[in-house]
Amino acid sequence: MEEKRRKTEISDERLTLDPGEFPDAGLVLDTAMEAGHILLENGAEISRVEDTMRRISAYYGVREEEFFILSNGIFTTGGSSSDRRFAKVEHIPVQGTRLDKVVAVNQLSREICAGDCSLESARRRLAEIRKLPGKKPLTRIAASGLGSASFCCLFGGDLTDCAASLIAGLILYVFIVLAEHRLSKLLLNLLGGALVTFLCVVFHHLGFGHDISYMIIGSIIPLVPGVSFVNGIRDITDGDYLSGAVRILDVTLVLMGIAIGVSAVLTYANVLL
Amino acid sequence: MIIQAAAAFLGTVAFAVLFGVPRQYYGLCGITGCLGWITYLVLGNLGCGIVPAALFATILVNLLSRYFAVQARCPVTVFLICGIFPLVPGSGIYWTVYYVVMEQYSDALASGTAALKAAIAIVLGIVVVSELPKRAKH
Repeated sequence: MEEKRRKTEISDERLTLDPGEFPDAGLVLDTAMEAGHILLENGAEISRVEDTMRRISAYYGVREEEFFILSNGIFTTGGSSSDRRFAKVEHIPVQGTRLDKVVAVNQLSREICAGDCSLESARRRLAEIRKLPGKKPLTRIAASGLGSASFCCLFGGDLTDCAASLIAGLILYVFIVLAEHRLSKLLLNLLGGALVTFLCVVFHHLGFGHDISYMIIGSIIPLVPGVSFVNGIRDITDGDYLSGAVRILDVTLVLMGIAIGVSAVLTYANVLL
Repeated sequence: MIIQAAAAFLGTVAFAVLFGVPRQYYGLCGITGCLGWITYLVLGNLGCGIVPAALFATILVNLLSRYFAVQARCPVTVFLICGIFPLVPGSGIYWTVYYVVMEQYSDALASGTAALKAAIAIVLGIVVVSELPKRAKH
């Protein structure tokens, strides 16, 4: 860490300034925390969050800082016995993945380190990034349908299977958009899996689609928790075991929800067919 | 093969859209996912088993993600999360559930184990690449 800071100092002309001209440490740490908050909330791994927060606070001249980051919270303290103390804890509930915000904060952090951004404009930019509009629900629904059809094809479905998957994927995402913040995660995935399986059973019964298995595999793909899976592994390899374990647990629960939903409908359909 | 490659490309791009990746990176995400899936297929056709196929495909996806991340100056996560999607054993999990429902427990066990092995291969692939030095990361 010391080495990293020294590197920043060498490339940084501002450090020729009087230490008294650095911005207020509390404000700097607050800014770093805001950046960390956005990153963590939108699907960045723990080491990236920590690295970005350290870079921001180091650039604006805060020396005595300590960050502790979990998958759902950030703890920051700053200051020393001779200086004013700063302490803040933020709880950050898991949200949807918005990689555009991760990209934007990363870009901002580069600019800060290159010396192109004052603290005030950094704070303004962070507030803008937080409000960055997402993709429209219709675009996401279309993407879900396209993804379902593509994955149905990847795993061996033929053209009609893909078409059925496409429709099931579209309907699934309509359900997700409507129910996203109203249901618990487990229930959302359980019902999602059940809905898709039900649709595929109906399509298959009507003679639309040949192999029901490939149709279902394709259409449940939008539910598969790929982000938590990848981030969980990366956190564990970085040594952030606690956050990694929580994310892998999240993956397991979501997969269980999907499995229960799919198997419930399949069992029932099996009796019918 | 071409159809498979196109489907992998489209599928990866679809996930890039779902995860809110900025538009200018869609193409790179698609290429990552597509090349990863082709590697997986080719290795699988050469008879080298699920685990090595998934392992090498993951390593390729990871290296590509890093390369693109440096080139496009944006986080590795963007390409890695999208590009790895075709490799995640979603179908293995489905077959496990399917066989359990059909009460074919030995088949269920076999496909469950296969899915777990593939997942572990992906984990190994990510671990191997993350041990490489991170030059020019930021």
